[in-house]
Amino acid sequence: MSTTIDTIKQQIGENPILIYMKGSPQLPQCGFSAQAVQALMSCGERFAFVNILDNPDIRAELPKYASWPTFPQLWVDGELVGGCDIIVEMYQNGELETLIKATAAKHKDDQPEA
Amino acid sequence: MSVQASIEAKLQALEPSMLLVENESHKHHVPPNSETHFKVTLVSERFGGMLPVKRHQQIYALLADELAGPVHALALHPYTPEEWAARGGERPDSPNCRGGGR
Repeated sequence: MSTTIDTIKQQIGENPILIYMKGSPQLPQCGFSAQAVQALMSCGERFAFVNILDNPDIRAELPKYASWPTFPQLWVDGELVGGCDIIVEMYQNGELETLIKATAAKHKDDQPEA
Repeated sequence: MSVQASIEAKLQALEPSMLLVENESHKHHVPPNSETHFKVTLVSERFGGMLPVKRHQQIYALLADELAGPVHALALHPYTPEEWAARGGERPDSPNCRGGGR
């Protein structure tokens, strides 16, 4: 049986663009998550999400692993980019789209065919 | 000491040239006079050459007790003096509550 930390590492390792959030992109349950996921969606690339309200183990363990106490958290290429404030600031100055587009392009060949 | 005063005291470790701690709890679904949602704007030379994620992690480390206890949300806006001047002293607004996570 895998531990929660193993699950987190696997999620971060297998999904080059991953957001941990409260609720879903279609129905965010927190203003900070809503703002962050809206910025991410505007970049126009596919991304993965984990609803931490449905995953209390991840909600409890990820802040320790990430040295980041709150949600949302955006992880790109295995690295924590930041939470809502950083995501929105990067969106406004264009850095977010650059990062997301570059990451999607880099990984477009290693996604398994559906 | 109030949570707000405690946050203000602990963040002095970053030698801020400007520190603004705002209690935004009234915008959320919490009882009146709560100290659960805060916005911190902090200007410090210390942030020079540091990525945003590292700046935030430094602040989170200083406020670990508050975040493990009463504080539910903490909006952070850390700037160097140069960045703050370039922004003209404007800090971003926090988003409105969506009612989740209660």
